[in-house]
Amino acid sequence: MPNPFLERKLKLDILKSLRSPAKREPRRTVTCSGCKTELEPDVFALALNVCPSCGLHMYISAAARFTNIFDGGEYSEPFPCAAPRDVLAFPGYAEKAAEQSAKSGLSDAGLAAEGKIGGTYAIAAAIDISFMMGSMGTSAGGTVTRAAESAASRGLPLVIFCAGGGARMQEGVFSLMQMIKTSAAIRRFSGGGGFYVSVITNPTTGGITASFASLADITLAEPGALFGFAGPRVIEQTIGEKLPQGFQSGEFQLDHGFVDAIVPRAEMRGTLARLLALHAGARI
Amino acid sequence: MKTPEQLAPYDRVKLARDAGRPGSDDYIAALIPDFFEIHGDRAFADDPAVICGIGTFGGRTVSVAATCKGRTIDERVRRNFGMAQPDGYRKFLRCLAQAVKFRRPLVTFIDTPGAYPGKSAEERGQGQAIAECLYQTSAAPVPVVTVVIGEGGSGGAIALGVADRIIMLENSVLSVLSPEGFASILWKDASRAAEAADVMKLTAADLLSFGVADTVIPEPRGGAGEAPKLMYRRVGAAVRDALAELSQLTETELLEARYRRYGSFG
Repeated sequence: MPNPFLERKLKLDILKSLRSPAKREPRRTVTCSGCKTELEPDVFALALNVCPSCGLHMYISAAARFTNIFDGGEYSEPFPCAAPRDVLAFPGYAEKAAEQSAKSGLSDAGLAAEGKIGGTYAIAAAIDISFMMGSMGTSAGGTVTRAAESAASRGLPLVIFCAGGGARMQEGVFSLMQMIKTSAAIRRFSGGGGFYVSVITNPTTGGITASFASLADITLAEPGALFGFAGPRVIEQTIGEKLPQGFQSGEFQLDHGFVDAIVPRAEMRGTLARLLALHAGARI
Repeated sequence: MKTPEQLAPYDRVKLARDAGRPGSDDYIAALIPDFFEIHGDRAFADDPAVICGIGTFGGRTVSVAATCKGRTIDERVRRNFGMAQPDGYRKFLRCLAQAVKFRRPLVTFIDTPGAYPGKSAEERGQGQAIAECLYQTSAAPVPVVTVVIGEGGSGGAIALGVADRIIMLENSVLSVLSPEGFASILWKDASRAAEAADVMKLTAADLLSFGVADTVIPEPRGGAGEAPKLMYRRVGAAVRDALAELSQLTETELLEARYRRYGSFG
């Protein structure tokens, strides 16, 4: 969604920077991976990492998502994100995890938060793809499970920002078991009357799609988010089928009946607040 | 012929995929002579990669579900090499719902390289179909026993593998993806599959040590295909024992134990 105000601010900033020679030194800008527009970091952050020019929803951290949806940007962490467990003693995994942790500033990919969204108290979880592409190992599976269990025991609604390429290969079959573990936790939460909103973000595939991402009462998707089981490359390589433009996008899944609404990031807080309020209002 | 001690993990992968090995349909025919197969998901199609039905086992009626590859070329093509479509998983959900309704134990057999990674499968919600299988089985108040008879590939395999007891044949494997896929993703080189199999920990013995499998059934030297009747007897006995054990539990105990089982991984 192009935002005319941000676009104008962007243009003004560019003009200002051209006017004063002192500011013409090379500044670090963000390049939109869609339309290649150069964006000032402040403008980019203000737009929640959505390109003001073409509307492309780019990567945003789990922490920034929480700040965006909780009232006043205030939330607390019900439990910390656990470090990866090298359950298979997989060659090089410990080093890779340490390197990813240093790069991303995260212990692993799954984070949890709690606070008020439009006045309704809720538990949220998010998969941050800056840690090993957001693949699900025992840590992220544990975060989703604990978030669901905590929401169940406290009678709170649950919001999960889904992402990730699927299984954490270095954790092998333990990673596969996370699909069952998280699905079982969502089933228990749901069986107890819990309300769960899943938000599909780019990209959500593999074991994430085939477990908690697809088990919500309401499923929202960010514009352009890839949402499927087998990724496009896997399909093209294994079956040799050419895929049309937009295959498996959130919009495609809306058309095919697997998503309830496409919600731009700027409207996420308002939409979640409305859904949570509607749910609370239904209680007798 | 290699002795069991000489078999590398990738040798077992090859044995697990051997076309001479009895398939799910063979185990069902041998163990459940009065098997009645149900067809279709009541929404779109009947998927021959998934077999579902009811029959008598151990003196009582059970629900049965399996992913099945087929053994001859024609059968393999008809069954899509055991790669299920969403319709297959939704047929399983029908089978599961009946098991719950009539409180029948559920016995499943797994033999699949994985869920079908195709355009049509994606259009009909492959991921959603698998997720629903995990979700519903996790809370189904009936005993569930799974036998991995050959290849257990990824999410497409565990869709039928949420169970109270998991029995694996000695040369069966269960993994997050194929060793070829693993090598090509991690090292960009599918030819390093044997090396991948070494680090993946996908053999029955590995999974027993992790507590993912509960029982491993020995196979004759050269694999299950060398003595199918012996394998039917051994599998039949293991499933009977597992069901007898599980029938001692109340529904609440059963579900609590199942939840704890999966909660323990991680």
